Amino acid sequence: MIQSPIIETNQLVKQFGAFIAVDHISFEVATGEIFGFLGANGAGKTTAIRMLTGLLKPSGGNARVLGFDVYTQSELIKASIGYMSQRFSLYEDLTPMENIRFYGGIYGMSKQKIELRADEILGELNLTSFKDQLVKSLPLGWKQKLAFSVSILHRPALVFLDEPTGGVDPITRREFWELIMRYAHEGHTIFVTTHYLDEAEYCNRVSIMVDGKIAALGTPGDLKQSFQSVNMEEVFLRLVGNPVS
Amino acid sequence: MHSIVANGISKTYLQKKEKIAALQEVDIAVKKSSLFGLIGPDGAGKTSFIRILVSLLVADKGEAFVEGLDVVKDLRMIRQKIGYMPGRFSLYQDLSVRENLEFFASVFNADIQSNYYLIKDIFKHLEPFQSRKAGQLSGGMKQKLALSCALIHKPSVLFLDEPTTGVDAVSRKEFWNMLKNLQQYGMTILVSTPYMDEATLCDEIALIQSGRIHQVDTPENIIRQFPEPLFAFKADHMYRMMVALKNHPEVHSCFAFGDTCHVVFKRLTNVRSVAHSLDLGGYGHVRYEEITPNIEDCFIQLMHAK
Repeated sequence: MIQSPIIETNQLVKQFGAFIAVDHISFEVATGEIFGFLGANGAGKTTAIRMLTGLLKPSGGNARVLGFDVYTQSELIKASIGYMSQRFSLYEDLTPMENIRFYGGIYGMSKQKIELRADEILGELNLTSFKDQLVKSLPLGWKQKLAFSVSILHRPALVFLDEPTGGVDPITRREFWELIMRYAHEGHTIFVTTHYLDEAEYCNRVSIMVDGKIAALGTPGDLKQSFQSVNMEEVFLRLVGNPVS
Repeated sequence: MHSIVANGISKTYLQKKEKIAALQEVDIAVKKSSLFGLIGPDGAGKTSFIRILVSLLVADKGEAFVEGLDVVKDLRMIRQKIGYMPGRFSLYQDLSVRENLEFFASVFNADIQSNYYLIKDIFKHLEPFQSRKAGQLSGGMKQKLALSCALIHKPSVLFLDEPTTGVDAVSRKEFWNMLKNLQQYGMTILVSTPYMDEATLCDEIALIQSGRIHQVDTPENIIRQFPEPLFAFKADHMYRMMVALKNHPEVHSCFAFGDTCHVVFKRLTNVRSVAHSLDLGGYGHVRYEEITPNIEDCFIQLMHAK
C-alpha cells in the first residue's frame, strides 16, 4: 500500500503587507517520520506552523494536513493533530489530572477513556504521587514530559512540537526524545522545531528555512555530506550563517 | 589572581511555608580575564547565584567577593565595577536604541564617546536603527543592545545571565565571538547557559544542578575525567535496539544521542560480544565505536553518580 504524505505543501505563501514571511514552500512529510523543521529566528517557521495547524490562512499555494485542506478544513485539522510548545501547553493552576481531563474533553474523548489514559500517563511518568499538585509546582522536566503526553492524549496521527526541550537537564532531554521516538516507532508522525542542532540528528529528515524559503531538505546524513559538514550545526551555519566580521 | 570568589554560598527561599534550597554551599573561583561558564538546566540556581554575585540578592550563608570587594559590604563600589545583563530583557522598551544607551551611560556617569571602542563591534549592527524603539527590535538586536548597555561604563567584570537562551545557532555563535573579543580588554566574564555545547567555548566551567556544583574545571579536564569508556551504538532499527540496550544486564547507562545511543557498560563487559548478540537480535546492522564524551555525557554521568 502506498500511503499519501501526511503533510503536503505546494508553493505555500504567507504575506503580511509587503513582507513575505513564507515564500513558496513545497515539501512533504511521510507517515511515521520524525521531521525536523529548522531555521533561524525570523526565518518563517512559526508562520509556516501556524498555517499547517489551521491557525492562519495562507496567502497563496496549497497545503493538506492529514488529507485536510488548510483553507477549508482547518477545524478538522485542529481536532485531529496534537500540539505542544515550550511556551504554553499546560495550565499551571490546574493539577496534572485536571489538565488531562481538560484536554481529553477538548478532544472529545469519553470519560472512561480519559481516566484510562490518565492512569497510563501518570504511571509511565512516575507522576502518580503528584497527580493532585498544581502543575506550576512540578519540576520543569516533569512538566515537559507531561505536556508531551497530554499533547498525544488522543493518539493523534500527527503531532507538532514547537521548541519542546528548552532549558531542561540533559537526562530529561534524552528521556523526552525517547518518548518522541517511541511515539514515532508506534507509527505516528512527529513534526518538530528546535534550536538544539544536535537534536536534528534524531530526525529522519530535516528541512532548514532561510528567509521564508526552504533552503535545504534531506536526511541529516545527506545534508552533512552535501554541505561537507561534520555535524548539523555546521550545516546550519553554512546555510544561515553570516558571521560577524 | 581571582576576580570572582564565592565560598559556601547558600540561599533558601520560602514558598508557601516550604523551604526550597536554591543554592547549597556553592564555591567558585574565577581567574582574572577569563571566560567562565555556569552551566546547568533551568532551576539549577544559576540566576540566584549571579544575583548574589552582582549584589542584588543576599545569601543566607557564605561570602563572595568581586575584584576583592565584598558583595554585601561594598555593594556601592561593586556596582561601579561590574556589568550585568539579566536573563529577562533588561532594556526600556519604549526608549529608542540611542536613548537606552545614553540612559545606562548617564546612570554610571560614563562617557559614551570614550568607551565606544568597547562596544563598537557590537553596536555597529544597531547603528542603522538608532532611533527605533527597543521594543521593536528583533531578538538578536535586543541582545546586542543589552550587551552594549551592560558594557558602556567599562566594567572590569561582566555577568551575563543566559544571554543565548532561545536564540538560534547563528546568533549564538555571533554572541560568543563578541564575548571572546571582549577578553582582549582584560575583562573577566561570567556567563550562564543551559546549552551544554557552549561549555567548550569557555576557559573554565562549573556544572551546576539543583543548587549544587557538580564539578569546576576546564572543559577539557572534565571530559578527560569521564570515568568509563563510552560507546556510540547505531542500528537500522534504532528505537528497538535502544530498548534492548536499556534492558541489557551488562549496560550501566544508555541514552539516545541523535542517531546513536551512548552507552556505558558495567566493568569487564565484553562489548564486542554484546554487539554481536544484538546483531543476531534482528536490529539490523548493529555497529559501534568508542567515542570521546561531550559535556552532556559528563553532566549525565555526574547526575548518575549522585
